[in-house]
Amino acid sequence: MSYLSSTHIYPIIVENVKLLDRYVGKKPANGSLYLTATHLIYMEASGAARKETWIALHHIATVEKLSITSLGCPLILRCKNFRVAHFVLESDVVCHEVYISLLKLSQPALHEDLYAFSYNPKSSKEMRENGWKLIDPISDFGRMGLPNRYWTITDANRNYEICSTYPPDIVVPKSVTLGTVVGSSKFRSKERVPVLSYLYKENNAAICRCSQPLSGFYTRCIDDELLLEAISQTNPGSQFMYVVDTRPKLNAMANRAAGKGYEKEDNYSNIRFRFMGIENIHVMRSSLQKLLEGTGISPGEFLSGLESSGWLRHIKAIMDAGIFIAKAVKVEKTNVLVHCSDGWDRTAQVCSVASILLDPFYRTFKGLMVREQPIPNSVIPDVNHCLSLPLFASLRCGHLDGDSKEVSPIFTQFLDCIWQLMEQFPCAFEFNENFLLEIHDHVFSCQFGNFLGNCQKDREDLRIYEKTHSVWPFLVQRKPDFRNPLYKGFTVYGVLNPSTLSHPFLQQAQGLSCFASPCIADIISISLAMEILTTRPPGNSLSLIGKSHLAMVYNPLNMLLHSVGYYIVEDFCIYIHKAY
Amino acid sequence: MEFSELIRTGQAQAELLRGPEMPPLRGTLCVTGHHLLLSPGPQATPDLWLLLLRSVDSIEKRVAGDAGTITLRCKDLRVLQLDIEGVEATLDIARSIEALSSLESVITSFPFFYRPKGLRLGESWHFHPPERYYKRVARETRAWRLSEANEDFSLCPSYPRAVIVPRTVDDDALARSARFRQGGRFPVLSYYHAPSGTVLLRSSQPLTGPQKRRCAEDEELLQAVLAGARPGARGFIVDTRSAQAAKQARMTGGGTEAKSAYPGWKRLHRPLERGRPLQESFVHLVEACGDLEQSMDRWLSRLDGCHWLSHVKAALSTACLAAQGMEWEGACILVHGAEGTDSTLLVTSLAQLILDPLSRTMAGFQELIEREWIQAGHPFQLRCAHSAFSHTRPKHEAPIFLLFLDCVWQLGRQFPLSLEFGEGMLLALFDHSYASPFGTFLCNSEKERCLCEVRTRTHSLWSGLNQPKEQRKLRNPLYAPNPLAIWPSVEPQSLRLWQGLFLRWTHPPEPSEVAWEKVWQIATDQEKTEGSQPTDSASEPQP
Repeated sequence: MSYLSSTHIYPIIVENVKLLDRYVGKKPANGSLYLTATHLIYMEASGAARKETWIALHHIATVEKLSITSLGCPLILRCKNFRVAHFVLESDVVCHEVYISLLKLSQPALHEDLYAFSYNPKSSKEMRENGWKLIDPISDFGRMGLPNRYWTITDANRNYEICSTYPPDIVVPKSVTLGTVVGSSKFRSKERVPVLSYLYKENNAAICRCSQPLSGFYTRCIDDELLLEAISQTNPGSQFMYVVDTRPKLNAMANRAAGKGYEKEDNYSNIRFRFMGIENIHVMRSSLQKLLEGTGISPGEFLSGLESSGWLRHIKAIMDAGIFIAKAVKVEKTNVLVHCSDGWDRTAQVCSVASILLDPFYRTFKGLMVREQPIPNSVIPDVNHCLSLPLFASLRCGHLDGDSKEVSPIFTQFLDCIWQLMEQFPCAFEFNENFLLEIHDHVFSCQFGNFLGNCQKDREDLRIYEKTHSVWPFLVQRKPDFRNPLYKGFTVYGVLNPSTLSHPFLQQAQGLSCFASPCIADIISISLAMEILTTRPPGNSLSLIGKSHLAMVYNPLNMLLHSVGYYIVEDFCIYIHKAY
Repeated sequence: MEFSELIRTGQAQAELLRGPEMPPLRGTLCVTGHHLLLSPGPQATPDLWLLLLRSVDSIEKRVAGDAGTITLRCKDLRVLQLDIEGVEATLDIARSIEALSSLESVITSFPFFYRPKGLRLGESWHFHPPERYYKRVARETRAWRLSEANEDFSLCPSYPRAVIVPRTVDDDALARSARFRQGGRFPVLSYYHAPSGTVLLRSSQPLTGPQKRRCAEDEELLQAVLAGARPGARGFIVDTRSAQAAKQARMTGGGTEAKSAYPGWKRLHRPLERGRPLQESFVHLVEACGDLEQSMDRWLSRLDGCHWLSHVKAALSTACLAAQGMEWEGACILVHGAEGTDSTLLVTSLAQLILDPLSRTMAGFQELIEREWIQAGHPFQLRCAHSAFSHTRPKHEAPIFLLFLDCVWQLGRQFPLSLEFGEGMLLALFDHSYASPFGTFLCNSEKERCLCEVRTRTHSLWSGLNQPKEQRKLRNPLYAPNPLAIWPSVEPQSLRLWQGLFLRWTHPPEPSEVAWEKVWQIATDQEKTEGSQPTDSASEPQP
């Protein structure tokens, strides 16, 4: 912890704090609240198990101080991992003090104040460096068979001259000159020129990505047209190439007035243009907001809340787009170029979903890490994530105190999509739901450097590789916890062909976003699980209870599961209270 | 066979479409007294495709040119399409199916003709009589006795011959109490909760009528229940109707227990849906599940609009209330609605699953269904005459047993290790309750079953299900006995649509079947590696 931030930390200990259950009738727990530099810890005073609740400060999304009641001063914390904690403090003055401290601590203004820069897990420098090398994205390009006859890996962007948000190394068609690439980049929003994201080795069909063209109503760019033509020719087996604009058509048309827009089929040879109708980050943000608010008491209220939030509709739109691309690549054997506005939110989601559908490798631990790996060492293998995830990291996840309009649950949606696939294909993924939850947690926890900064350049500027640790070794260590026991191995499922009906999507109610639900959030906390499992003996891990896939984890969780019985019992006190 | 006059045509060439993921079958179609057969040509596999005509819920025919199409919607929610050569043949086959699938006579139904290899008649019928349960109760307490007052079904036509009643109440008092209850369903023991010494009772509504009549014997009976539990014990009467509805029932001769007449008992109203609204909810849900083209929003709003999950929640909550009253409050619970044959049984059986570890075993669950549904007089024949596709106006149909199975499924999903049986068992029970080659779900009461000689002339479903070859489908490989009560969460986000049932035929079955196989494999491997005494539950099916 840097000196700057520690100035407003007075290791606060507050006694006699109640942690409220949302059930009115239940007697609240009594305990002490410890505010440390990195966590807010609540320890129950009574009870044999001495229940502890740990909340990482970076997880806190909002702090709300309600007016004083007969119980005391309520303080409500809402976390980015959807946990809600409702404390009641005795004194108004102390409550205000805690409130102010939490406000300051939960959203530091500078990158240097993030937990990752002070986190020290007692590992040597060498181990740390090896940690960053654990995931080698270059090999992923190698795995796809790159470079090959048609594609080349170039370090043309080494000084971030072509595009500041791309990694130094990009994959472009061999047949084009650097001039063409640079020329095309001038014609694309934020200079995000079309580059390869994934190559389906079996039939040479490629998924490429870029940002929207600056076409306006009439503008053309010869270099851009040449580049697309060249991309199309990398796949001699196909007569045409899809250009997929993931936005709704209306949004794309509106962009034309601002000098941006989409490709005209007439200007490019042999392209087929498609809109996908995925909404923008602002719609997604308010969708999540509504989802979190809309938890009714009755199934009817819950379902109508779910419906009006539109969350599942958006998830399905992303999945549908991913499925379309995967089918185009696998069945029609054709190249696909994907973009949205800036090509780093929807494009990233959709390309990633498509690659997971196409390639069993991405359904393994290693593959998912590569897919999500935002910080490649030297060569940028996976444009998808190298370019996209980082962006979520700081802007979209709201790590720093900044513009709340840029925050959006893009990454949460991506994990939800994977979760939906896991529900439909229980044996196709090497990892389980907990792995997704863990990653989701770390995206917000800022404990590791992987998800900090918005792009490769940012991360180099922040010296993330020198100053912070990588999350992957930490997760690899705990692989046994994250293993899906039903996984049938690499070769059993090739290309996944999920259902595109609306029906199966209902299951979301128990998925990632379900942690919005007070029911489960009260009983378990993901961050608690993390803390308990890393710092405490596993006997305490009550917090894993309630996740939907426990059925699949056979032996180790046997005991845990039965404790659900004990735990949920408390919920039912309400019946008796209502009844008598 | 007298069916011959209903069969209008011998056979026809047809192609059968069984759903999106299944390959079509071609062959010769043939209608028999109880089945629709399709035998593929000699070049194909010799396997015969067979459909019990009783399981056809509705039939739709269309002819065009010189061919016709018959769409069969089955009671297990499957939709089948038959493309038949020849207009005449199509119409004849359709008419035959229509006539044969709606036969009302019990004793000409298929179970009376079904003679499978390896099963003996009369087997398993003796597995679950009330005497057996009484032995369990008698081991714990002396406060109850087995009464054979209903030996000839004269007290109550919908009760079995023997019922468990307070020891201090004699048969004459029972007879008088029976006259005071609708359909003669006087309060009887449903479950004895040994840890707290309390009991769960069920009955029908008292016939208080507008004059607020009373019955001394009925009041004594309930007093005897409290006295038998422990001194100072309280009781709760869980009425599955709203207070309003209970009051209105007085106009038609029914009513509810007056507070002053039953000291120590307190009445709670927990309205549960039944009858037509429940059937409509089921129909709407199945319609929504069958529409494959709808958008996400439409799907969610239809799911919401059919209220099925609200019914699941209400049933589970009420069962939890009853269970909690016993386990936590040490109170005796009497459950009734109006007739006491529908939502009453739903509540009492679910409460037992929550509280009683024995009822969560394979054998215990079968016994529970036999005791709390079949022998307790749930009118299966009336309630399950038609499923969700029928065009006829529902008269007595209501998917109350399905609602029970759905609630059990929710329990199983929330406590994946605590039930010895798996989803396959629940699906099988659903299928068999609507159409079955076995006699278990035939008729509406024990009395009718005796008249039809169901026990001696048909096979029991339990002997069919307990065959070793069925076990892998029905059992839960993860089962580990859990001695605790299992309290389900009834939060809306914890309740899910039972996809395995409602989307069974629209989903490709393959991924989940592979997963199930894998779970079995893991479970068996685990046992092998552990090497220690394998529990009888997972490895050896019970005889």
